[in-house]
Amino acid sequence: MLIGRSDPERPCITICTGTGCVAGGAGDVVEAFRKVLADHGLSRRVEIRLTGCHGFCEMGPLVTLQPSETFYPKVRPKDAKRIIEQTVLNKEPIEELLYRDPSTHEPIEHEGDIPFYSHQHRIVLAENGRIDPTNLNDFLDIGGYLALQNVLATMSPADVIDDVSRSGLRGRGGAGFPAGPKWKIASEQPAACKYVVCNGDEGDPGAYMDRSVLEGNPHRVLEGMCIGAYAIGAQQGFIYVRHEYPLAVGRISRAVQDARRAGMLGERILGTDFSFDLKVVRGAGAFVCGEETALIASIEGRKGEPRQRPPYPAVSGYMGSPTVINNVETWANIPHIINNGPDWYASIGSEHSKGTKIFSLVGKVNCTGLVEVPMGTSIRSIVYDIGGGIPDQKALKAVQTGGPAGGCLPADQIDLPIDFEALREAGTIMGSGGLIVMDESTCMVDVARYFTGFLEEESCGKCYPCRKGTQRMRELLEDICEGRGTMEHLSLLDELGATVNTTSMCGLGQNAATPVLSTIRYFRDEYIAHIRDHCCPAGVCTELIRFEIMADLCDGCGACAKVCPAEAIFGEKNELHTIDPNLCIKCGTCKDVCTKDAVLVLSGGGHEH
Amino acid sequence: MRAATAPVREIALVDTPEILSSPVGRIIEEHHNDRNDLIAMLLDIQDAMGFLPRFAMEHVATSLEIPITEVYGIATFFKYFRLKPPGEHQCTVCTGTACHVRGAARVLREFERHLGIRSGEVTDDREYGLETVNCVGACALGPIVLLDGDYQGQVTASKVPTLLRRLKRSAEKKPVAARSEAAA
Ligand SMILES: Cc1cc2nc3c(=O)[nH]c(=O)nc-3n(C[C@H](O)[C@H](O)[C@H](O)COP(=O)(O)O)c2cc1C
Ligand code: FES
Repeated sequence: MLIGRSDPERPCITICTGTGCVAGGAGDVVEAFRKVLADHGLSRRVEIRLTGCHGFCEMGPLVTLQPSETFYPKVRPKDAKRIIEQTVLNKEPIEELLYRDPSTHEPIEHEGDIPFYSHQHRIVLAENGRIDPTNLNDFLDIGGYLALQNVLATMSPADVIDDVSRSGLRGRGGAGFPAGPKWKIASEQPAACKYVVCNGDEGDPGAYMDRSVLEGNPHRVLEGMCIGAYAIGAQQGFIYVRHEYPLAVGRISRAVQDARRAGMLGERILGTDFSFDLKVVRGAGAFVCGEETALIASIEGRKGEPRQRPPYPAVSGYMGSPTVINNVETWANIPHIINNGPDWYASIGSEHSKGTKIFSLVGKVNCTGLVEVPMGTSIRSIVYDIGGGIPDQKALKAVQTGGPAGGCLPADQIDLPIDFEALREAGTIMGSGGLIVMDESTCMVDVARYFTGFLEEESCGKCYPCRKGTQRMRELLEDICEGRGTMEHLSLLDELGATVNTTSMCGLGQNAATPVLSTIRYFRDEYIAHIRDHCCPAGVCTELIRFEIMADLCDGCGACAKVCPAEAIFGEKNELHTIDPNLCIKCGTCKDVCTKDAVLVLSGGGHEH
Repeated sequence: MRAATAPVREIALVDTPEILSSPVGRIIEEHHNDRNDLIAMLLDIQDAMGFLPRFAMEHVATSLEIPITEVYGIATFFKYFRLKPPGEHQCTVCTGTACHVRGAARVLREFERHLGIRSGEVTDDREYGLETVNCVGACALGPIVLLDGDYQGQVTASKVPTLLRRLKRSAEKKPVAARSEAAA
C-alpha cells in the first residue's frame, strides 16, 4: 500500500506558482511568507506549499490557507505578515483582502463559494490547487496511483479498454476520437513492440491548460499513461512537451524520476509482471508538430511533417509500431474513470460528448483563467457565470473556439451548448479548448487575417492547397484590411477557403480556412464595411482609421504631444490640441496617455478618394 | 540603431572562433550519439551557446554520419532555433491570440520602431534582439512582453520606451552570466 504523510490539521499556506501567478509576482510573495514564518519561529509548524496553476489567473497571485480554506486573491508581499498573524494564528479572515463578488460586492471567504469556481465541475483540475507537484507524497495523499494499483491487481487489459470505452471518453486534443476504441485497435495489433505517447505540444497560441496540468499534477498524467500502456501492451512511452515550457519539462521529468524510484515506472511495476518506462521528449516549437503523425516524426528526430493517414498511428506509429497517442487531458482523465467507474463518467456531459472539458478562457473577459465544465455547458454560462462577463461595459461580439484553425461564433449564438457535434454544426471546432472572448473593439477581419497569417507561417509546406492557399488567403485579407478589397475578394475567399479545407492533407490545412469562412458567414457586414466604405467599425485596421482629439474633452495638458513619436500633435498649453493626419502614424500612444479620454479612434480615415 | 541584415531564417551560416572550447562534443556524447535525439541535441546546443553556429551543426552531422542538410533542415523547420547570435538583450513580444486581441500588434510595432529592427532581427551593435512568441501562458496579464526572460504584463505601446530604458539600466547592474541564465 502506498501511503503519503501529511497531517490534514497542520496549518498550510498554499501559494499558486503557476506561470500566470509567477508573472504577477508570486515569487516575491513566497519569499515574504517564508520570512514572516521564520521571524515568528513558525517555519516548522506551518507548511508552505507551492502548487501548480489553480486556474483563476486573473486574480493572481493566489493564496489559500488550510484547513480553513480561506482564499486571498492578488496577494502582495506586504500582506504576508497580516495573513499569518490574523488568519493563520488567530483564525480570523481579513475582510478587506478577501475576494469580492463582482456583482454584489460582498466578500467571499472560501474558494469554493466564488462564482468562478462554484459554476465549474472540476475533475482534472480539481487537484492542482491541493498538491505540490514536485512531491510524490502529496499526490499519494490524495489517492494517487490507486487506480494503477487497482488495474494491475484486479483488471485484465481487455477490462480496462472496456471501461474506457464505456465511459465515452473522447480525445481532448482536437478531433474527439473515442479513446477506448483507439486503444482497442492498438491492442489488437500483433506487433511485439507498442508505444504510448502523450501529446503535450499545445501549439494553440492562447491556450495553456495542458501545460497547467503537466505543471500542476504531472503524476496524474503518468498514471493514466501507465494504465494505457498496460491496456494495449506497450513497454515504452513518450511525453512530448515543448521546450518553451521549461517548467512543464522540469516537473514532468522530475515526476518520471520519482515514479521510477517509487516503483511505479520501470521493470516489474509495483511487483507485477508489467514493465513500462517513459521518456520526456522536448519539442522545438512548431504548431503542426501537434498533429499526431508530425509529432511522431519529431520524436524520431525528424522534421515534424505530417504524413498521409491511414495507416493511423494505432496501427503504424513510432518506428512503424502500433502507437496510441492521446492528449494530456485525455490521459489525466483515465485514473478518475478507473477510480469512479465508467458509468459515473458517462453520467457527466452531453449525449455524445461525455465528461468535462477544460477551456482556457481568455481575451476580453473579466475572469481570465482555466475553466473545467461538463461537455454541453453553454457558452453563455462560461463567459458570464464563470467568466464574469465583458470588462468596461462593452458588448460581447464573438467567441472564438478551436485554436488558430477554429472559427468564430457571434454573440447571438452564445446559448449553444459546447460539445464536439454542436460546434461542428455551427461552423467551428472544439480544438484543444481555447475560448477567446471578443468585444466590439475586436475587428473580425483582422482576427481572420491574424489566424490565417499564423497558419501560413506554421504550414509545413508539404501539400500545395495548404501552403499556397493560406498565403493567398492572407494576401486577400490584407487587401481588405488595408482598404484595397473588392467584392470579388470576398467571393474568391469563399471559393479558395472551401478548396483549402477539402483538399489539404492534414488537420491543419483541413481547417485552415475555418477562421475565414466562419467570420465571413457570421460577420459579412463587417467585411463589406471594409470593402465598400473603407471603414473598420471596430477601429483596429490602421489604414482605415484616424485619430482625433475631441474639443470638448481636451484640457490642453499636452501629455499627448509630449509622447507622440511622430510629432504629429500641435497645440498651446491649456488649449485644444490637434493631430495632423498626414504626420500621424496611428500608433495610439496619445490615446493611451490621455487621462481625459479625449482621443477618439474614428473609422473611415486615411483613404481619400 | 539601424536594421541588421536579412531575417534570421535566410542568412548564410555564421562561424565563430570558439570551436575548441565549445560544449558540442560533450552534448553529442550525452545523447549517446543517437540519431533519434538530433532535435534534443540541437536544443541543448542552442541553450548552451545562444544559437546554432555552423561549426556546431557540422560537428553534429559528422558525428551522426548524416548529411549537413538534414541538420540544417531541422534547424530551420522548428521555430525555436536561431542560426545567428541573439542580441545582448532579448525583447520577446507575445503575439498569441489572447495578447493579440488585447493589442499586442501595436506593442510589437512600437518595439520595431524604437529599436529600428523587425521581429527576428538584432540591432547592428548586437545590443538588442526582438522576437515574437506564441503564448507564454500568462494570458490573464496580456499583452505580455518578456525582457531578458522577465515577464512584463499589460504592456501598452506607450510603455515601450520606459521598458527599454529599464532593460538598459537593469542590464548595467547584472553580470552577463546571470542574465542568460534568467532568460533560459
Ligand atoms: C495542426 C494540428 C495541431 C494539433 N495540435 C495538437 C496539440 O497541440 N495537442 C494535442 O493534444 N493534439 C493536437 N492535435 C490533434 C492530434 O493530431 C491528435 O488527434 C491527438 O493528439 C490525439 O489525442 P486525443 O485523441 O487524446 O485528442 C493537432 C492536430 C492538428 C491537425
Ligand atoms: S497569448 Fe500571450 S500569454 Fe497567452
